[in-house]
Amino acid sequence: MPVVDLTEAVVLLGRFPALAGATLRVDAGESVLLQGPNGAGKSTLLRLCAGLLRLERGSATILGQDLRTDRRSIRNRIGYVGHQSMLYDDLTVEENLRFWGRAAGVEQSQQDAAAERMQIEGRLRDVQVARLSAGQRRRTAIAVAAARRPQLWLLDEPHAGLDQSGRDVVDSLITDAAAAGGAVMVASHELDRVEPVVDRRVTIAGGTATEVNNAPSSAPAEEVNRVG
Amino acid sequence: MLAEIMLIAGKDLRIEFRSRVALNQVAPFALLILILFGFALDADRASLTTFTPGLYWVAILLSSVLAVHRSVAVEAGEGASEGLLLSGLRPASIFLGKTAALIAQLLVVAVVLLGGVVIFYEAAIEDGVLLVTSLLGAVLGVGAAGTLYGALLGGQRARETILPILLLPVLAPVLIAATRAFGDAMGTVAADGWPWTSLLFAFAAMYLALGILAHGVLMEEN
Repeated sequence: MPVVDLTEAVVLLGRFPALAGATLRVDAGESVLLQGPNGAGKSTLLRLCAGLLRLERGSATILGQDLRTDRRSIRNRIGYVGHQSMLYDDLTVEENLRFWGRAAGVEQSQQDAAAERMQIEGRLRDVQVARLSAGQRRRTAIAVAAARRPQLWLLDEPHAGLDQSGRDVVDSLITDAAAAGGAVMVASHELDRVEPVVDRRVTIAGGTATEVNNAPSSAPAEEVNRVG
Repeated sequence: MLAEIMLIAGKDLRIEFRSRVALNQVAPFALLILILFGFALDADRASLTTFTPGLYWVAILLSSVLAVHRSVAVEAGEGASEGLLLSGLRPASIFLGKTAALIAQLLVVAVVLLGGVVIFYEAAIEDGVLLVTSLLGAVLGVGAAGTLYGALLGGQRARETILPILLLPVLAPVLIAATRAFGDAMGTVAADGWPWTSLLFAFAAMYLALGILAHGVLMEEN
């Protein structure tokens, strides 16, 4: 059973069709790069898969759940990292980790392991989020998502603002999640960075999805199958 | 469910403890309103005493708009409201938790303001039980309605200006009933305050029920 199965999915933002008939399938153990220009619909596609947007037309099944009938039950099985950190500025890193961990029913040991993996250690944990750099916020947001051990990762520009070591950790997170049987969708403009760690690429343009073959880096990519 | 409510309420109160918005901004604002009313009516001391319950509750309702706005802003800032959607927490728990935190903050403001009317307006408290009971009923209603309308406007860019326009008319029954009940408790009107207190609790019960039922839909729509 695919983890993500979209057929002719249409999502409206106001009256604008941010997704205009996207078709995409992602299986367990797969990692997919979503590439495309700004405003193409990458973030909308990820937010639809997270159950945060209503499906207007078409069909969408995420983790076996039809989004038309239920968008809620899948959410706590998803690790979504979007443009916003979803953290509370007035709370410390530690307090944010604990709050979101308890909200998702995550054991404290899992929270600590995720924080450790994202190199959030020592005094950094006692710093208020408002005082963090963009990269430190990003690490914390990813740690919050990682603590849940999601079955589906939805990462929107996950490398943004991160230093080299943070980027490496994100890369390993993607490969490890797929290796563990999860599915990963990464929207990114940093193609050189993400391509080596994903199984395949999909171009999002004009609200539709186009499969791209996984060509070797020396050869130009070729669009092989227009599916959206 | 109680654990979820406590989690949300604890989080909001911790944020308030850090930012001290209710203590350093909302309560002084409420006191300022009282003082301005005092300046306006000082020449007529008898009127000031007579109108004390109404002035007190007008100050509370205007201040509550600030507190509600802060409660919404906490979730809107960095997209935390989406985090709550993704967390798996029950919408009813989120509503009740945020309502509980808002009530706690409003109670602090109400107590500070009560001290204000006793000091500045020389208000007398003749029936402490009625006063405290009606205060609890009114704050419960303001907290529930405020959280519900805050969720309604959570995703709106102009919520700062729309919130008072929508919320204050809704809170008019609280203003009327709480003023009558306080009037009796302070001995400024010859009326039985207990039926008005019952009305306050009925109002609160209605908005608590509405919030429990509607909060999930409102969160989804925002």
